[in-house]
Amino acid sequence: MLDVAVAYNRYKFLGFEFLTWLWYSIEENREVFKTVEPELTVLEIGNRLVLENRVQDALESITIKGDDAGLEEGLIALRKGAVVTEMNLICKFEDSEWRLTLKGESFDIAGLKTPESGPLETSEDIEGRLLEKVFLDEKAIELVDKLYRYFIRLRISNDWNETVVPRLRKWIYEKES
Amino acid sequence: MGLLSSTVSVTRYRVEGEIEAPVMETITAGLKKNAISEIDDEDSDKSVGWTSFETPFTPSFDGDSFVIGPYLVFSLRIDKKTIPSKIIKKHFSMEVAKRLAETGRDHLSKKEKQEIKDHVIQVLSLRIPATPNVYDLLWSVENGWVWMFSNQKAANEELETLFARSFKATLIRLFPYTIAELTADLSPEDRDVVAKLTPTRFME
Repeated sequence: MLDVAVAYNRYKFLGFEFLTWLWYSIEENREVFKTVEPELTVLEIGNRLVLENRVQDALESITIKGDDAGLEEGLIALRKGAVVTEMNLICKFEDSEWRLTLKGESFDIAGLKTPESGPLETSEDIEGRLLEKVFLDEKAIELVDKLYRYFIRLRISNDWNETVVPRLRKWIYEKES
Repeated sequence: MGLLSSTVSVTRYRVEGEIEAPVMETITAGLKKNAISEIDDEDSDKSVGWTSFETPFTPSFDGDSFVIGPYLVFSLRIDKKTIPSKIIKKHFSMEVAKRLAETGRDHLSKKEKQEIKDHVIQVLSLRIPATPNVYDLLWSVENGWVWMFSNQKAANEELETLFARSFKATLIRLFPYTIAELTADLSPEDRDVVAKLTPTRFME
């Protein structure tokens, strides 16, 4: 395996492409989520989307914030060559909701909010509460991993260049903004 | 934001390398040997070590106190003394004035000034308590992964260093390349293809 620091920088584009593909899939190809995680009932972009565009040496950053914010500015940025670097996601299993922000470069997970677990009544409850919390955290993290594993297989297949990229380009350029 | 907070941040690692058998004894010994030490009455400005999840200010790793279900749960504690620069400047100026008065000279060399500054910081460090920061950790020994409940770069780096020193195993951060390489169950041929990937241009 490559040196970790070298690999981190050389392949961070994979995280950015994953988030771009995820955005496209949420808007245009939701069926894919049923294949990846049949129990998933909702996957939406939440209240934050960050894109970056490097033009020569200058770095332009576009942050779209707000619960009902339109993502048109993001599409315009994609047309100018920006990449998605950070995305807040809302996912639901049955009626329970998880929220998290995923950073494309590092796959750091921030602001992970799980469904409420029961109140802590005694110190003996800590063990049970902790195991429940880890189970809930793991459910969201596993979803991210499953989506990424699906993406990476797609990314190394011929389908990526032959089918997926043309569809993504069509979406980027033809979707009304 | 600790493990039980309503909102958490998580940095994930894969553990590379075998923990020496008997595993639990090795881990307990590593935790005890590298437990946080107090520096409030010392001139050190930083201390990094393991502590207990439930009692971070009285670390104890006796018995199976850090085993919860299939996981090991403990915390990294980083204690740091931060002396405001204005306080250093004030005491430094006072010391320089005192030295000049005592020696009857009108200036001090660069080396003397540096010595005075080091002395001032050392004396102030004894008087200022360290600020503790606690970062919870979850370790699945069976599955070979560790979660750190923080995305702070400096804390992540301290964890990687202390973990290697304590358990003679390496933590590999899970980011897009390492997830593909280590956890996506790709064949060696597929991993070669990943290694040769270059960025896609979505612009027309």
